Amino acid sequence: MTTYLLRLVAATYLFLLVAWPVSLVAVNTFDDGFASIRALFADPDIVVALRLSAYVAAVSVIVNTLFGVTISMLLVRYEFPGKRVLNALLDLPLSVSPIVVGLALVLVYGGRYGWFGPTLQGWGFDVIFSTPGIIMATAFVALPLMIREVVPVLEEVGVEQEQAAQSLGASGWQSFWRITLPSIKWGVVYGVVMTLARSLGEFGAVKVVSGNVLGQTRTATLVVEEKYLNFDQQGAYATAFLLAMVSVACIVVVAIIRPKNQH
Amino acid sequence: MSTVDTTLDRPARTPRRSAPRSTLTRSSGLALGLAMTWFSLLVLIPLAAVVVTASEGGWGAFWSTVTTPQTAAAIRLTVLTAAAVTVVNVVMGPLIAWVLVRDRFWGKSVLEILIDIPFALPTIVAGLVLLSLYGNDSPLGVNVANRRPAVFLAFLFVTLPFVVRMVQPVLEELDRDVEEAAASLGASRVTTFRRIILPSLAPAIAAGAALSFARGVSEYGSLVLLSGNLPFQTEVTSVRILSSIENDNVAGAAAVATILLVISLVVIVVLDLIQRRVAARG
Repeated sequence: MTTYLLRLVAATYLFLLVAWPVSLVAVNTFDDGFASIRALFADPDIVVALRLSAYVAAVSVIVNTLFGVTISMLLVRYEFPGKRVLNALLDLPLSVSPIVVGLALVLVYGGRYGWFGPTLQGWGFDVIFSTPGIIMATAFVALPLMIREVVPVLEEVGVEQEQAAQSLGASGWQSFWRITLPSIKWGVVYGVVMTLARSLGEFGAVKVVSGNVLGQTRTATLVVEEKYLNFDQQGAYATAFLLAMVSVACIVVVAIIRPKNQH
Repeated sequence: MSTVDTTLDRPARTPRRSAPRSTLTRSSGLALGLAMTWFSLLVLIPLAAVVVTASEGGWGAFWSTVTTPQTAAAIRLTVLTAAAVTVVNVVMGPLIAWVLVRDRFWGKSVLEILIDIPFALPTIVAGLVLLSLYGNDSPLGVNVANRRPAVFLAFLFVTLPFVVRMVQPVLEELDRDVEEAAASLGASRVTTFRRIILPSLAPAIAAGAALSFARGVSEYGSLVLLSGNLPFQTEVTSVRILSSIENDNVAGAAAVATILLVISLVVIVVLDLIQRRVAARG
């Protein structure tokens, strides 16, 4: 009896909070068939925005994968002073408001009054209101995801195989490429997918640092807001649908990978 | 002579309490240096810049900025709504985790995917999604757009995964023998839950609650289209910061942002303490 009641409560809650609203976006997008999606791809500025979002997400994934795997190896395999503080600070981007992220980057890299901004601008390098700023904002918010996936896997794998490889004469690089990386492969893949989803979807931080210039620094998420506020609901729903499709695809991929990972 | 003394003395005095010895090799040290440089440039220096900018005007300026009626109202709304949402999550999160771990039924894997959607869905899309069911043309006839419940609803959506995903693995690991032993000794299901299950879930629930509170307090994207951002009504702290930035009032923005940063830091410390306690116990 209680079992059925709990099941009913959980299913109803998730249906009303997630399933029904999310499915309505698809319904609204295809109100008039594929017209709204087609209209989206016919607008060159929207295509630029979609391409910018994809590019920024790709760079953010690469940067965070390199950084995340490196720092995870260091945290799990080595001892050094300040490790505990670093470990805690690495989670900070998860709980900092996107607007604060944007503000923080503007304060340091802003062209007018930033700490480093004017110097960088003197070298001909714009960060804020330009693509590097968007990449930094995106990399910032997605930073902990890779580490959170890789650290537990590394801890579980242990060091025996690496030590065996090294005792047989393998160099540090060889044992990383041949032993460590294959054994944490699924953790890394999972991290990449989560980082990708988070990076494509970043909105607040990008809004602050991008300047939101149509056809130049406007990303897909900014298009959703812009279209909705300009009473182009169809366009907003169509763009939202594309973004939602990618994130749902990411979750489904992870759901398929995960059981294999646990065996 | 004295140097010899100290080297002889040191291990005997504090065998393990001294600062953790570094086991870094030359190449791993270099990797740590590079990683820390990037982390500092990307995260630490910018966040420090927020606090420094906020403190430039002194305590008086800081305090008068964050206590202007409009800002204070925004902070109050954000913190109280995030707290209320956290309470809901503390009840619903373990309930959903329980159903996902202990129950078996057709369509359970769909529920698993639904849990993760709020985490992966772009926040602006989340706002639009909620608007389509709970906005002006609501098929349910429930319209919260531009009203206070909109803030609650948006926070509820974006914080959904945290408690569930913290509790779920702990529940999976839980030893059922203890529950059966309690039941065989005459404990009712309520007693078993309260005395056996709940204590082992408590750290996970607390960690999830801390994350969900932090996420709620810092939320921005899902509110843009949903809440209307009306001053004194539905304006949250992040929106307040953004309007300061847009009005070129960077010092004011930094002051309010510092409040949010302090909340994030407190949450991080709480999480760290919970993890230490769990690690020490188990």
